[in-house]
Amino acid sequence: MKTTRVLAASLLAAVMSLSVASADEGTPHPPRETWSFAGIFGRFDQAQLQRGFQVYKEVCSSCHSMNLVRFRNLAEAGGPAFSAGQVKELASQYKVKEQNDAGEDVERPARAADPFPPPFPNEKAAAAANGGKAPPDFSVLAKARTYERGFPLFIVDAMPFVGFSEQGVDYIHALLNGYEEPPAGKEIPSGTYYNKYYAGHLIAMPKPISDGQVTYAKNDKGEPVVPETTEQYSKDVAAFMAWAAEPHMMARKALGLRVILFLLVLAGLLYYVKKKIWAKVGGEVHGLQPELHKTY
Amino acid sequence: MSGHGNTYVPKSALAKWFESRLPLVGLVHSSFVSFPVPRNLNYFWTFGAILIAMLVSQIVTGVWLAMHYDPSAANAFNSVEHIMRDVNYGWLLRYMHANGASMFFVAVYVHIFRNLYYGSYKAPREVLYILGVIIYLLMMATAFLGYTLPWGQMSFWGATVITSILGAIPVVGDTIQSLLWGGYSVGSPTLNRFFSLHYLLPFMITGVVVLHVWALHVTGQNNPAGIPIKSGKDAVAFTPYATIKDVFAAVVFFAFFAYWIFYQPNYLGHADNYVPANPAVTPAHIVPEWYFLPFYAILRAVPDKLGGVILMFSAVLILALAPWLDTSRVRSCNYRPIYRQFFFLFVVVCILLGWLGAKPPEGGYVIAARLCTAYYFLHFLLVMPLVGLFETPKALPGSILETVTGPGKQVGGSGMPVGAAAAPSSKG
Repeated sequence: MKTTRVLAASLLAAVMSLSVASADEGTPHPPRETWSFAGIFGRFDQAQLQRGFQVYKEVCSSCHSMNLVRFRNLAEAGGPAFSAGQVKELASQYKVKEQNDAGEDVERPARAADPFPPPFPNEKAAAAANGGKAPPDFSVLAKARTYERGFPLFIVDAMPFVGFSEQGVDYIHALLNGYEEPPAGKEIPSGTYYNKYYAGHLIAMPKPISDGQVTYAKNDKGEPVVPETTEQYSKDVAAFMAWAAEPHMMARKALGLRVILFLLVLAGLLYYVKKKIWAKVGGEVHGLQPELHKTY
Repeated sequence: MSGHGNTYVPKSALAKWFESRLPLVGLVHSSFVSFPVPRNLNYFWTFGAILIAMLVSQIVTGVWLAMHYDPSAANAFNSVEHIMRDVNYGWLLRYMHANGASMFFVAVYVHIFRNLYYGSYKAPREVLYILGVIIYLLMMATAFLGYTLPWGQMSFWGATVITSILGAIPVVGDTIQSLLWGGYSVGSPTLNRFFSLHYLLPFMITGVVVLHVWALHVTGQNNPAGIPIKSGKDAVAFTPYATIKDVFAAVVFFAFFAYWIFYQPNYLGHADNYVPANPAVTPAHIVPEWYFLPFYAILRAVPDKLGGVILMFSAVLILALAPWLDTSRVRSCNYRPIYRQFFFLFVVVCILLGWLGAKPPEGGYVIAARLCTAYYFLHFLLVMPLVGLFETPKALPGSILETVTGPGKQVGGSGMPVGAAAAPSSKG
């Protein structure tokens, strides 16, 4: 009955090959970037997160809210690691609304415990000011975007050491660099812009950032640490968004290593206990040995 | 669970006093200590214990998550993010629970395919097996309800698609649908109901698991040879032999589980579910969780909505008929050279259906899904009855002991005193 096995294998191959035939329609995959926080030993680059935050604050935050991130998060371990003083100072630059004891709406300076105040009072206002659709909130956006890698890469992506889970940040980086001249004859409706990496290519967000737009802090000698280019800005802000979406990522990866090593050592010890116990009843049990039995 | 010699003897006066009033310790002793276990079990038989560990893990993490979760459409998404960001180790609880659901299904699929390969569903284990199918159905319902709770786009639209499927049921469909919705579409009342049911069903699963274990301990376990325990030499005592093996396997499984929690926590989910639910925007592809994909492929393979629904539910329910559809009296596929090939073909078809369920329902995918759906049902309705009639099985071994040591050989010592292990079903 080899035939059924061959049949099954060829069926599998035939259907899998269909995936190639109907690959996605004209939107290129974002180029794969190198991220310090990728992989089992991945860690956020604090300087990069600080730069990314600067880009968010000076550029993106004029349209994009980040409702779930609080100022204090910026000072917490595993993040941009601003000092508590810096965070307090930063928060005090923002105003938040609250009710006083007389029930009147008043404004007060934000505190470290407050979330980032949104650029628009509500979603309708955000939509009205941006051509009918509110710009997405940044809090978990890096986890809310992805692209399909297809067979067999999606299997490789799950594996240790060769795994890949940074599709979202790659996409954000690509999108910010994906503004280009539309192909000849392509009609661009007003209020939309051509972007190579956006599904359908017509995006409502104008090119948000250009070379030299954000001035990064210089080093001791007064030289720039990283280039002030769109390429660099987009990498920094994408990394910042990865942190905003997953602020405990470094704690997670560090704990994971200890948990898995513990479980593997425990499993090793248990294996020998099991062997010793089973030795009493005639050694390892191998299950079935069909070769010991005659067939007819 | 008292079917086979209760060997527990209470020692202290207190234990004697208690045992004469409620023989609980004796019950546990006969089920998990002195219970005779076939000595040739392989590691596929450890998945029962792994599944119990997963059920406990899901209930414990779920109870803790419920302390911080807010089941209202306005706050559900943000309360999950509150757990991820502000609750101490909330990210761990939530990733354990979300990935735990997937690992639960990994284990249950291994358990089910082990059952099908070794013919564990056959007499005298039909009731044990059907209880298992019921647990599987309850698990699917629980997982679906749970996936709705984060109230992301896929939660919302998954709930919309599945509840509208139920609406296709003739006569009672509309009533079921509006009962689940609590209104005229999926909304906050739906989420409230789903949360309530999601909390209820795991305890129903626990109840059926007790029956499942009870039934197991009446009939005894099947084994890779598919032949019954004939003497004490065929068996070992559950403790320490099966216990240590189960604990070892569970720890290995938990290392695998930990990898997903800590290094690929979102791989098995959907990016779209990090977008808050929005009834006005439909995601490009509405795809269920991976463990539902084969059934989703079957649903979409049928051009008619009601027909698809019937076929999808039949795909699960037909499992319950396996004990009567399979005409072979030989249990284990190790001794069924022809059916064994069909078994592997069936596994491949199930995997293919899963892959097709994730693809858009167009062109070649639909044709492939139809072919695979046809085979899925033919496997039960045609292959199982016919192969059993025409196949010549290999010679079965004389005893379980023989499969371990080879024919005619002796081993040093037996795990079970002869008699204590004999015929677990004798009093059942």
